[in-house]
Amino acid sequence: MGKILELHDLKREFRMGTEIVRALKGVSFEVTTGEFVTIMGSSGSGKTTLLNLLGCLDKPTSGVYQLDGVDISKLSRDELARLRNRKIGFVFQSYNLLARTSALENVELPLFYNSGLTAHDRKERAVKALEAVKLAERLDHMPNQLSGGQQQRVAIARALVNEPVMILADEATGNLDTRTSYEIMALLQELNQAGKTIVFVTHEPDIAAFSSRTVMLRDGKVIRDSKNENVRSARQALSELPVADDY
Amino acid sequence: MNFFNLIRIALRALQRNKLRAFLTMLGIIIGVGAVIAMVAIGQGSKQSIQDQLSSMGSNMITIRPNSNTSVGGGARLDATSLQTLKLDDIKAIEQQAKYITAVSPQVSGKGQAINGALNWPTSIQGVSPSYLDIRDWPLKEGVAFGDNDVKAATKVCLIGQTVVENLFSGGENPVGKTIRFNKIPFKIIGVLSEKGENAFGQDQDDIILAPYTTVQKRILAIPYIQNIFASAIDESSSTLATEEVSQILRTAHKLKTGDDDDFTVRTQAELINTFSSTSQLLTVLLAAIAGISLVVGGIGIMNIMYVSVTERTKEIGLRMSIGARGIDILLQFLIEAILISITGGLIGIALGITASKLITVFLSWPTLVSESSIVLSFIVCTVTGVFFGYYPAVKASRLDPIEALRYE
Repeated sequence: MGKILELHDLKREFRMGTEIVRALKGVSFEVTTGEFVTIMGSSGSGKTTLLNLLGCLDKPTSGVYQLDGVDISKLSRDELARLRNRKIGFVFQSYNLLARTSALENVELPLFYNSGLTAHDRKERAVKALEAVKLAERLDHMPNQLSGGQQQRVAIARALVNEPVMILADEATGNLDTRTSYEIMALLQELNQAGKTIVFVTHEPDIAAFSSRTVMLRDGKVIRDSKNENVRSARQALSELPVADDY
Repeated sequence: MNFFNLIRIALRALQRNKLRAFLTMLGIIIGVGAVIAMVAIGQGSKQSIQDQLSSMGSNMITIRPNSNTSVGGGARLDATSLQTLKLDDIKAIEQQAKYITAVSPQVSGKGQAINGALNWPTSIQGVSPSYLDIRDWPLKEGVAFGDNDVKAATKVCLIGQTVVENLFSGGENPVGKTIRFNKIPFKIIGVLSEKGENAFGQDQDDIILAPYTTVQKRILAIPYIQNIFASAIDESSSTLATEEVSQILRTAHKLKTGDDDDFTVRTQAELINTFSSTSQLLTVLLAAIAGISLVVGGIGIMNIMYVSVTERTKEIGLRMSIGARGIDILLQFLIEAILISITGGLIGIALGITASKLITVFLSWPTLVSESSIVLSFIVCTVTGVFFGYYPAVKASRLDPIEALRYE
């Protein structure tokens, strides 16, 4: 199994006036292809800082971070942008879809920043990605015509469309009710079974149960890194939910 | 990221905010439209003045007597009473000038023209037959008088349209009739074609033309002539002709070096230039005012682009997180600004041309839409788009993706 992420003694410090805030105080772990890792921690644990580093939106103060064999600390702003485009699929808590833009065009968006593709390729891949998240019927719907869960599925399709090595989800179920959260987790589990590496940042222990591994952060350090032998099936959890009477 | 993709991204961004894009455009539309319409008004009035002046005969040179200031003291006289121009001057010009094709003396007097029960106050001008060529003034009916009429000082005349209207009622043909001017009978041998008002608003058709000898002897009783009209070979040689005529007249008048001219030579071209420069000033002023509105339109673009960058911070963050480089974001916003200003410019050009036509139709002001004003205002509005779109675009491209994504 290839290594997708390699973190070695990763540190990130911020200067706030005269004070230096050490958000990450030396984080080391590795993620191999096909894993479903949740990164957990309460607020202030350095979770968000780690997410920004993993997503190549930020650079570490010291330490090594290799994404798919590339050391990001040596890359320029533009090279990081290219790396994000080709290797990472972001899924955000608030979906971040463009308003008044169809699902299809939202999914196509990352492909616009990949000059090797023709308009035909773009459309074909976007349709395929939307099929993968079971929204083939909703290509032309605008975000405001979709439910929260559907919007998040469009966002997942957008994350998939560039065939990244890793999907990086940031509290991706944070805005959704339990049932819809489970639906999204079921979708992510399916994608994971199909071979996608998923890194899911969350503070909900409930969600961590669906992943194969949990990395727990506290005060900028990894305090626990455990394999989950007993992965809960989101599909099954969904069927066990009491039939809701509010809709 | 190729350029075509960027244009599509920018177009889609504009489509998402059609009303705002249009309102932003409105500043440019009005600015460009105003520039084109204003310049068209300025150019139109310039052209119409030029046409009117040319209607007086575009190669025409006028020689007037001038109060000779070297003759010190005494009362200075009105130009028509000055006696410095003589028939000998005409002969000298005719014989010596190389750049002059035709020359005619002119004497004029005012008086009452009478035909039966109808009368009309008008002026009579005594000229030679070549005057009609100099003024580029064809006859509508009848024939012109000839050199024999001048020699014999016959009492024949040509009358202008205004005189025809006032002295002859109901389509009566004036040719062959006899009218009286200051009690002297003149036989009408021809009718002048209509020439309209001159650049000063004078009615050029309110006139009677007669041989200058007749007017000199029978009406004014003077031996000198009041003005000389001449025609240069063409418009371009009118300056040369002026110098030549001046030299001939100085010699004829025996003026010494250092003496002031006792005459003034004016070309139609000079008059045209004087009026052109006035209307040019008008054009520049109008264009400047309109240009200000174009700048205001540009500032409108800048304002909206800044608002747009702030409002779309999250979108920018998203685009960056999915792989847009700084330059991609910069170009996207810059292209949006340029698209707004170019589209606005094109609509503005159409509006300006339409407005010019409407002004001509409804206000009867002459307008002339010049190609240079279209090209210029189009270039200016494109530059405006780049200039005012650049800073907001740079601001957008420099956003930190982490900050931008968290922006609410």
